[in-house]
Amino acid sequence: MATTRSRRPRASKLHSQGLAAHIFLIPWWLGLLLVTAIPLFASLYLAFTDYNILSSPEFNGLENFQRMFSDAYFWASVRVTLVYVFVSIPLQLAFALLLALILDRGLRGLAFYRSAFYLPSLLGTSVAIAILWRQIFGDEGLINQALGLFGIHGESWLQNPATALSTLVVLNVWTFGSPMVIFLAGLRQIPEELYEAAKVDGATVVRQFTHITVPLLTPIIFFNLILQTIGAFQAFTQAHVVSGGTGGPANSTLFYTLYIYQQGFANFDMGYASALAWVLMIAVAIVTAIHFILSKYWVFYGDD
Amino acid sequence: MTTATAPIDSTRSSARAHTRRRRSRDLLKHLGLGVFVLLMVYPLVWMAVSAFKPSHLILTQPGLIPQDLTFDNFVQGWNALNRPFSVFLVNSLLVSVGSIVGNLFSCALTAYALARLEFRMRKVYLAVTLASVMLPLHVLVIPQYIFFSQLGMVNTYFPLLIPKFLATDAFFVYLMVQFIRTIPRDLDRAAWIDGSGPFRTFWYLILPLMRPALVTTTIFTFIWTWNDFFVPLIYLTSPKMFTVSVALSSMVDSQSQDGVGMLFAMSLVSLLPVLAFFAFAQKHLIRGIATTGLK
Repeated sequence: MATTRSRRPRASKLHSQGLAAHIFLIPWWLGLLLVTAIPLFASLYLAFTDYNILSSPEFNGLENFQRMFSDAYFWASVRVTLVYVFVSIPLQLAFALLLALILDRGLRGLAFYRSAFYLPSLLGTSVAIAILWRQIFGDEGLINQALGLFGIHGESWLQNPATALSTLVVLNVWTFGSPMVIFLAGLRQIPEELYEAAKVDGATVVRQFTHITVPLLTPIIFFNLILQTIGAFQAFTQAHVVSGGTGGPANSTLFYTLYIYQQGFANFDMGYASALAWVLMIAVAIVTAIHFILSKYWVFYGDD
Repeated sequence: MTTATAPIDSTRSSARAHTRRRRSRDLLKHLGLGVFVLLMVYPLVWMAVSAFKPSHLILTQPGLIPQDLTFDNFVQGWNALNRPFSVFLVNSLLVSVGSIVGNLFSCALTAYALARLEFRMRKVYLAVTLASVMLPLHVLVIPQYIFFSQLGMVNTYFPLLIPKFLATDAFFVYLMVQFIRTIPRDLDRAAWIDGSGPFRTFWYLILPLMRPALVTTTIFTFIWTWNDFFVPLIYLTSPKMFTVSVALSSMVDSQSQDGVGMLFAMSLVSLLPVLAFFAFAQKHLIRGIATTGLK
């Protein structure tokens, strides 16, 4: 051991840097242990217990997981969350990509449009906007006022279990600005020469789009897809404010995280809530892994 | 002569036709985009205008120009929760500023070590940091809550602030690592040769050069902390400790339909700091998300 180490010429410098590095990394180490790693394994342990914070946790094997199978609220929250993720993310990214393509390549006023479309992304997760959404889609809200102009009398979009979730989907689509900005940055990375060469070879605009723009943008599409999907699985504020914390009407806005919150912090059923949280984490990991596997078939990373 | 000029003329006129086509196409684009911007921003404008209308008119009078301008909503809303709304604004400001200080301190230290210092398994550290970005908060929050409640820290700001001082917002670590890598290493070497160790190099050389990354971190930490609802909702139980988002949400629960006006007024107040940041720091914001994909 000692001989192999001393053979390295920069061993002593490396050692002194290593020492400094670990001093710099003290907050990181503490954070990793106290805020991330220990809680992660603690919640794994709690997932196999019955625990209400007042008495000590009681090991109960797989009971929490068995309970999920027969828990109608659990299945409702799974359904709501999957619909929310798999409807709103494609729509949001489609809007983001479309607007980025329209704004690309020297349209005047780009900075103005970009800011205007980006603004909702900054505000979208705030309580204030959720309050606004309650009023927009409420009984006498903005949408029904607009429909009233055409003689249509709409009912409350939020009181109806069939439409309540779609108002939250609309809210998420409304925040397409941040993926759009990332798309715009990606479009700018594509070398202009490629288009010029294609023009010389007589390629039409459509062909340039399908053979240059789309393939070179696929890594960015993938990046946005992963990021927004992980974020959407964890959405909470909108559903909590719009439904008053109930996930109603008829569980139609019971986001998975809202159900975890109800079990953990309203019922103080922290063992069950931990089990629910671990299921969420595994589900997010599986969806992300599937995205990565599928990415081999459609994401283009150059010729290397 | 005629045979020579004819083709030039025709190319010229076709070029002119081309620019005319292009111009009319751009005009169409602007028209479409303009309508779309209006649609996107209309809800915000509606809220802003409605805040100045009497509640009973908000839902019956959809137009944007208020016929009956009033500040009642602000006066009522300000005092709706037994204490002035300024209490919650100050609380949110305290938490936001504390979070900013924490993130700047801990993420810069971590990023410098990960980007510049040589030590064993550095890549593993970086990978762990990146992986923790994907970890849902919900899987950690229950043990964290138990931990903080055993320390008697429920209903204080410690549970909101301590994680920020421990470099757990890995996004910002990543942003800073990326930024430090663009700083030429020759500068480090020169400082090294002049005899400054890692601490001096960090403090006098790297940190000042990192300013753009620090600004981006400051802005995003502010906006995220200001908007955050889940964590304050869990830890802050007494109204005098509420941040703006928790206060607003408790106002919703206690209001009937005729309180719409003051809900809008206070929602508007709560958004003003974020809007101000947006107005003054747009360039940094746009650059920040363009390089790292922050929301």
